[in-house]
Amino acid sequence: MPESASPTTAQSFVAQFGALRDTLPGAGLPWLRELREDGIARFAKLGLPGPKVEAWKYTRLRPLERIGFVPAGAAAQVDLDKLPALLPHTGVGHRVVFVNGRLRQCLALLADQPEGVELGGLADALRHDPDPLAAELGRNGNGARARDGQPLFALNTAMMQDGLVLRVRRGISVALPIEVIYVGAPGPEPVAFHPRNLIVLEPGARATVVEHHIGLGAGAYFANGGTDIRIEEGAQLHHYKIQDEGPEAIHIATTHVELARDALYDGFILSKGARLSRQEVAVQLAGEGSECHLNGAYMLRGEQHCDITTTIDHLAPRTSSREVFKGVIDDQARAVFQGRITVHRDAQQSNGHQLSKALLLSDRAEIDAKPELEIFADDVKCSHGATVGDLDRDALFYLRARGIPEAAARDILIEAFLAETINNIAAEGLCPALMSSIGHWLGGTTGRTEP
Amino acid sequence: MAASIETTQQVQEMGERTYKYGFVTEIETETAPKGLSEDIVRFISAKKEEPAWLLEWRLKAYRRWLEMPEPKWANVTFPPIDYQDSYYYSAPKTMDGPNSLDEIDPELLRTYEKLGIPLKEQEILAGVTGVAVDAVFDSVSVATTFKGKLEEQGVIFCPISEAIREHPELVRKYLGSVVPPGDNKHACLNSAVFTDGSFVYIPKGVRCPMELSTYFRINAANTGQFERTLLIADAGSYVSYLEGCTAPMRDENQLHAAVVELIALDDAEIKYSTVQNWYPGDKNGKGGIYNFVTKRGACRGRNSKISWTQVETGSAITWKYPSCILQGDNSVGEFYSVAITNNYQQADTGTKMIHIGKNTRSRIVSKGISAGHAQQTYRGLVKISAKAEGARNHTQCDSLLIGDRCGAHTVPYIESKNRSAIVEHEATTSKISEDQLFYCRQRGLSEEDAVALVVNGFCREVLQQLPMEFAVEAQKLVSISLEGSVG
Repeated sequence: MPESASPTTAQSFVAQFGALRDTLPGAGLPWLRELREDGIARFAKLGLPGPKVEAWKYTRLRPLERIGFVPAGAAAQVDLDKLPALLPHTGVGHRVVFVNGRLRQCLALLADQPEGVELGGLADALRHDPDPLAAELGRNGNGARARDGQPLFALNTAMMQDGLVLRVRRGISVALPIEVIYVGAPGPEPVAFHPRNLIVLEPGARATVVEHHIGLGAGAYFANGGTDIRIEEGAQLHHYKIQDEGPEAIHIATTHVELARDALYDGFILSKGARLSRQEVAVQLAGEGSECHLNGAYMLRGEQHCDITTTIDHLAPRTSSREVFKGVIDDQARAVFQGRITVHRDAQQSNGHQLSKALLLSDRAEIDAKPELEIFADDVKCSHGATVGDLDRDALFYLRARGIPEAAARDILIEAFLAETINNIAAEGLCPALMSSIGHWLGGTTGRTEP
Repeated sequence: MAASIETTQQVQEMGERTYKYGFVTEIETETAPKGLSEDIVRFISAKKEEPAWLLEWRLKAYRRWLEMPEPKWANVTFPPIDYQDSYYYSAPKTMDGPNSLDEIDPELLRTYEKLGIPLKEQEILAGVTGVAVDAVFDSVSVATTFKGKLEEQGVIFCPISEAIREHPELVRKYLGSVVPPGDNKHACLNSAVFTDGSFVYIPKGVRCPMELSTYFRINAANTGQFERTLLIADAGSYVSYLEGCTAPMRDENQLHAAVVELIALDDAEIKYSTVQNWYPGDKNGKGGIYNFVTKRGACRGRNSKISWTQVETGSAITWKYPSCILQGDNSVGEFYSVAITNNYQQADTGTKMIHIGKNTRSRIVSKGISAGHAQQTYRGLVKISAKAEGARNHTQCDSLLIGDRCGAHTVPYIESKNRSAIVEHEATTSKISEDQLFYCRQRGLSEEDAVALVVNGFCREVLQQLPMEFAVEAQKLVSISLEGSVG
């Protein structure tokens, strides 16, 4: 991809917004206009996050700044056959496809939606029934609550065109997983898109959402996603995400999750694609007894940079969170893990546990970890752990002593290391798919330097 | 755990009484004019009869300081410091270097006696060895004991102003080599206006025959204390150094910005222990010392070792990160810390372990106890550079919260660029378990005693690193600091 003459700056996005302002979906809605104007103003004020912003201490946006991006136009034509299916029985579950951030109706099997489930695209929803969206889209105030102000989330609000809208009505259980495929299809020019997803589970509802982010072709594109999730009383959301974007892609995703009393959020992120990626997840355990599981794995090589940033706020009594992230880093890749658990004053008798483990497989790989605890309540149990190292020599020796060649032994150990985060995934058929994804990654190992 | 009514009353009654070092010594002092300017820097330098290079060094630091921003990243809040509303030099009159202990103002001797610091060269405690003490009173060192005995072994232990005169080659070589003047705003200010502090040099192969100790006392009002400690352990030597500090109770905040530099050469070992008990302010958070300290040790030589142990109970605000730069292969850095904050105290403390040499090892054990309205933060960095083959770090930091108006924060940074390095970090936060308390109470201990027992057990791993003389004091401090806050 030839690098464009004009690199990306905060101003170039502001200019893009200026040009698109009146054609963005919902341009006629005063509340949305206000929200977008607020978003772009916040973004213009904060700019692209640099080294002085603590939450971005270890992640530079240089790959983004080097390239000039244009807003993605109407969805490029994508051949249906090219889309890999992640879940084994596609066609039975629900499948929604977005290309460059825009819903491709024709690929989505929306026909047989069960009763009480509203599944569709944001642009459509803004056209036909925008009012219920007002409260949901404005819920996270363009990232104003976050300590770094989330400039890219504010940009997302300003520029959002489409995305997933899912609402599950009271007491409804969606038995089959909803698979959402986000395709990045780079054209002749590097494109940028800002999908915005909304998921609302009403009291007692249950659903499983599987996000699959893939790239077609090797070109650069910038996917700047935002997701607002609200889980009402006693509802349960299982949310699994596989980030396998194209090799030159830049993938930024900001997710806000809010839980009411006794609600459950079970999140998982597998991050293996993209040149530069950042997953920022902010969970608010706002209702008494709510629970959050947030797990993930990452596999990096080449010059990949992967940033996982999570903040979990315990706001109500008897809330609990469990977080495990594991990753392997090869070649010159760099991983960043920043996890913060905050237990607020009223959140007595809460539990928070966090674990981050990383394996460095090469002499030039790097990991930066910053696990944080902030505790303001005294009757709590919180812990975090972080480890960094190479594979266990004794374990390696054990396998080699049994006649397994070193490379295979290493693969076995890496697979076992990562498998721990995957084994708890409840969605049927997803575990084997993820395991084979790990196997595939291991098979593609290049240029590993042996000790 | 909710405090009982009795306990709450007790806390109120105790208020300021718990700080027993809060008295003021009435003594005539000589002070520099209030405020900070190049003239003050020149005044201090002239007062100390310093060579031109040092004055130049100070002035350079001062000019740099003017441009440096205040560090804002720590989790502490306080109104902006008015640097012009303070004295930068204050010394007891007639204190131009007494030649022997007999010449010291008896009022000063009484002060130190009251503080429990022996300035007489006596064989204290039941121990075989004594402790050599350098006593720093406001801006000057007033006495150094056992100098003669130490000199027999070639150990230099004297005020730094004396070292500048007597051993300029050593001072010039090492001063600012671990903490350069531009390191941070507080260290920069210290470089410009440091007045005294201790200088220690342990020659090759010498195991220092006794514990060395410096006792810092702020006495004068509106005075900042800016001491500078430089400790060099030459190849194959060993030294254990203790540091203690107190100040009177005053309603204004006083600034204490010290710099400590340690240098360990091949096979040398330095053990540096601190019991920090500056006046913490009253129960409403009024007054107290701002303790903004830069402490850093460089393990320059192979197989060298630097071990920091600190018990932090005082100061209104603590901002302190004793660190180790592990340059030499196989060098070892250790950091053991107990920090206790009560009432409205704030502490942001921790360590940095920078692994550069091969097979370097570091160990961090940090225990934080927060009570009342206090906020406490552990902030640490473990950095493994690409060349640090086989480096190893283990970090453990535990926090204990007493009451629901305080906070505990853990902010560790881990950066690793070497695959063969192993870094492990674990942290927990909890309250004292009901089971533990129940067990103790069942055996007839009162609730307060039970809590004290559990807390002491919680801190034990760190306290046992302290030299014996300090361990006893530290244990007492731990219980005093928490007295009345639990129940």
